[in-house]
Amino acid sequence: MLHMFKWKTDEFSWVDFTIDVLRILIVLAIVVGSWNTLSEGRISFAQWVNLFIAGLSQGSIYALIALGYTLVYGILLMINFAHGEVFMAGAFSTVFLAEALNRTGFLNQSPVLAILLMILFAGLVSMTVAILLERIAYRPLRGSPRLVPLITAIGASFFLQYTFRGLYGSGFKAYPQVKILQGALQIGSINIPTVQIFVFVSALVLMFGLYWLVERSRIGKAMRAVSENKEVARLMGIDIDWVILFTFGVGGFLAGSAGVINGMFRPQGVNFFMGFIPGIKAFTAAVLGGIGNIPGAMLGGLFLGVIEAIGPNLVLAGLGIPGANQLKDVIAFTMLVLVLIFRPQGILGERLSEKKA
Amino acid sequence: MDLSQSRTRQAIITLGLLSGALILFTGAVGMIAAFHEREVVNDFITLGQLVLLITPFIFGYTAANRLGMTGESPTSVIGGGIIIGLLTTLPTTLLLLFNSDEFRFLLDWSLRLAPFVVATAIAWRLHRQNVETFTLIGSWLLAAVLIGIVTFSLALIFEVKGELRSVLVNINRDWVEVVTFDNRKDLMRGIFVFSLASAVAGFVGSLCYYVPRTPRRAMFYGLSVTLLVGAFGETVRLVLQENLERDTLNQLFRRDTLRQNAALGLLVVSTVIGYLWAAFGDRARQGFQNLGGQQRQTTQMIGTVLFVAVLLMLPWLIGRTLSDVAVTIGLFVLMGLGLNIAIGLAGLLDLGYVTNYAVGAYILAVMTSIGPLGLMKGTFSFWMVIPIALLAAMFAGFIFAVPVLRMRGDYLAIATLGFGEIIGKLAISDWLKPLIGGAQGVQAIPKPIFLGTELRNPEQLYYIVLVACLVTLFVSIRLNNSRTGRQWMAIREDEDVATAMGIDTARAKLLAFTLSAATGGVAGAIFAAKVGSVFPNSFTVFISINVLSLIIVGGIASNPGIVVGAVVLIGLPELLREFSDFRFLLYGALLIMMMINRPQGLIPTKIVTHEMRAGVKAKVAAGD
Repeated sequence: MLHMFKWKTDEFSWVDFTIDVLRILIVLAIVVGSWNTLSEGRISFAQWVNLFIAGLSQGSIYALIALGYTLVYGILLMINFAHGEVFMAGAFSTVFLAEALNRTGFLNQSPVLAILLMILFAGLVSMTVAILLERIAYRPLRGSPRLVPLITAIGASFFLQYTFRGLYGSGFKAYPQVKILQGALQIGSINIPTVQIFVFVSALVLMFGLYWLVERSRIGKAMRAVSENKEVARLMGIDIDWVILFTFGVGGFLAGSAGVINGMFRPQGVNFFMGFIPGIKAFTAAVLGGIGNIPGAMLGGLFLGVIEAIGPNLVLAGLGIPGANQLKDVIAFTMLVLVLIFRPQGILGERLSEKKA
Repeated sequence: MDLSQSRTRQAIITLGLLSGALILFTGAVGMIAAFHEREVVNDFITLGQLVLLITPFIFGYTAANRLGMTGESPTSVIGGGIIIGLLTTLPTTLLLLFNSDEFRFLLDWSLRLAPFVVATAIAWRLHRQNVETFTLIGSWLLAAVLIGIVTFSLALIFEVKGELRSVLVNINRDWVEVVTFDNRKDLMRGIFVFSLASAVAGFVGSLCYYVPRTPRRAMFYGLSVTLLVGAFGETVRLVLQENLERDTLNQLFRRDTLRQNAALGLLVVSTVIGYLWAAFGDRARQGFQNLGGQQRQTTQMIGTVLFVAVLLMLPWLIGRTLSDVAVTIGLFVLMGLGLNIAIGLAGLLDLGYVTNYAVGAYILAVMTSIGPLGLMKGTFSFWMVIPIALLAAMFAGFIFAVPVLRMRGDYLAIATLGFGEIIGKLAISDWLKPLIGGAQGVQAIPKPIFLGTELRNPEQLYYIVLVACLVTLFVSIRLNNSRTGRQWMAIREDEDVATAMGIDTARAKLLAFTLSAATGGVAGAIFAAKVGSVFPNSFTVFISINVLSLIIVGGIASNPGIVVGAVVLIGLPELLREFSDFRFLLYGALLIMMMINRPQGLIPTKIVTHEMRAGVKAKVAAGD
């Protein structure tokens, strides 16, 4: 029982003190902000529900990207900083396919098939990018000091951004509208846009697909083995290089399909820089759920999406900050920093935290 | 001929296709067409054509070196060079054919056949690994279906969109014009000329292997000097303008490009100098080594004095436009030296350095501005605010450092990146608009006044930057050898061991962040005074990436490396406008290549080189 009181006997630490003050300030800000907003009652219940659902659908995109971070981290213990660009590659390339499908009329004749084709195409494009990235940039650096692959990944991120800018141009390109995704579902006083339902459902399907792959299939078993212990996995006859390549490929596929799904409800269109911010946010989601942990990444993504949608209206508006929705990204990045300070092992906890920390 | 040997053949094909991929890539992202705008030698060769020719040349030479070392016969070495030249053109030629009207069917057919061919190739490889028949058929089917989806989609896109150009924006007329050497109308002729030129370049490259060492070095030296002077014709002309008669200048240059005679003359002269250097340079260096300690010190002293003198005279030597570039380079040297304290000395990868730059700039802007947002309305001068900006940046560095002290390397990088983004979003937000102007920024910042003269020209601002850089350089050299510096290096190498040695790591890290922030603040303040206004979109993640890249490329923890890195990475894109569009593309490629091939940087320090090697050794030992 004594260890519970250890902090009293410990030396006084300024760092701990500052971090504690920070913790109290943040809790205070959240409580005061929420109290103000709720007591004023500016936003109705239906609007809160709408925000929540919009957050969920945005969050499911983050979750899909976050899975790529988590998969790679689980196996290589490296942050694939360029993963946001893998997401962009699929979304940006598939715009042309979507336009072509739209012009032939196929997109509105049989939308399910057309969207399926788009998701597959984007997934495969992103998969190719991710695999090339691993093969060319990361493989030669395996086992070098931790910062070396991270710097490489930062380089790769900017290299990919400007490569795609060179290939497809720097302007925004919007996905064509799909008719069946236009409407909204009416439940009582709550209005849910169909696109959001589509995003959420397709993301869920992909996530369950991945869960099945990792937990049930043969290659999934190999992936888990490699993430547990590379050397022993090698002794068991697992081709580690192939498993790592496969992991990058799967992560890339999910990111690419997330790109298409995201593109469908981005009114401003897609461009070469679209992956950077979602990339960092998805990393936040992965850390939030416990990096290296697959259900964690899904949960973290959804959680981040919801916080990002509700946070500005609940807390910041309550504190009297004008234009609170402009500060959406600030909320997300503050989340990132807070999680890294207070709970780096994430909500669900890192499975192998001791070994990997 | 030993070309029949599979190993030789494989080396040649790999290098050739690599070179071809490079040409295809640079073409597809628009580099070649953009570089074509710049003539290296008047009416003779452009930068774009130079890229087309120098690539097979370099790859031919590399292949010849590699093959020659393994004792291949001259015929196969030179034959290899020619083959590499031809292979270089292969991908681009295919794309040219796909892009033309007559051979468009080739694209359609290759998209139709690709799934079967590639799937069969994959299955063949698996077959050679003795995979079961069932798996073999399964993987063939899977590969064919997946590739089929991609090629079907591509075919659909190109069918509906028509020209390739409507998807790949840089596969356009300009590009065709350059790669066919101005034979756009007659494609076959163009492809022939292109292949011939490339094959000759590869041939010459491989031939260079047989030239004895000294003349070869002289030749390479002469060529690179001439081509560099040609490529930077505009800059060279600007420099000469300050020091030469107009008529003489016009004999050397036609507008901004080197005349053919001048280029030839320069080639001869620089080759001769190169020859002398190659022949006697080693002896001269030897002589310097043999000098007594006293004499050597004197020589070094003279060198330093000369260097400082040149730095002091620089604005007169290079004129206004280039002084402006020099100021920008100086600001980045300043930031590089600052960030180097965190990244280089203490090993803390700080990706939010732009925060300090922004704090410095906004502090100066708000304190001195005579516009509506100015707080002091002219009571504070530039000189009084500089220390305030420095302290404010240090304070910001301190504040942002406290939460990240406990984080480990890669998390710290992402968290600091998050800080940078937060600052950017706050600067542009409505919330802080009454204070710092939101998207409109702060305007009407007066120029610094020194002894009654207003420093409004870059030539004058240059001295402020120079003094700041020299002071920072001095501090950073002293820090390098100080007790604190050693503590930082210990932390960089192994934090746990450093703690065990009794180093207060939290204190040392805080100090590193705080000190490194200081120069960022000064750089930001000078930047704000130079531009005269401050906008939030000047403070993006790209600033941090710029500074990071110049440190990595120059050499981690190496002061001369940072200066060189800043000159190369900041100066080049400023001087070569064609370059600046591809700035971050090249930075990214450079970061990757440096990390793979030369993680210690261009001008490394001994300690870092040793550490990086140790990393490699550990890797080998771990069997990874």
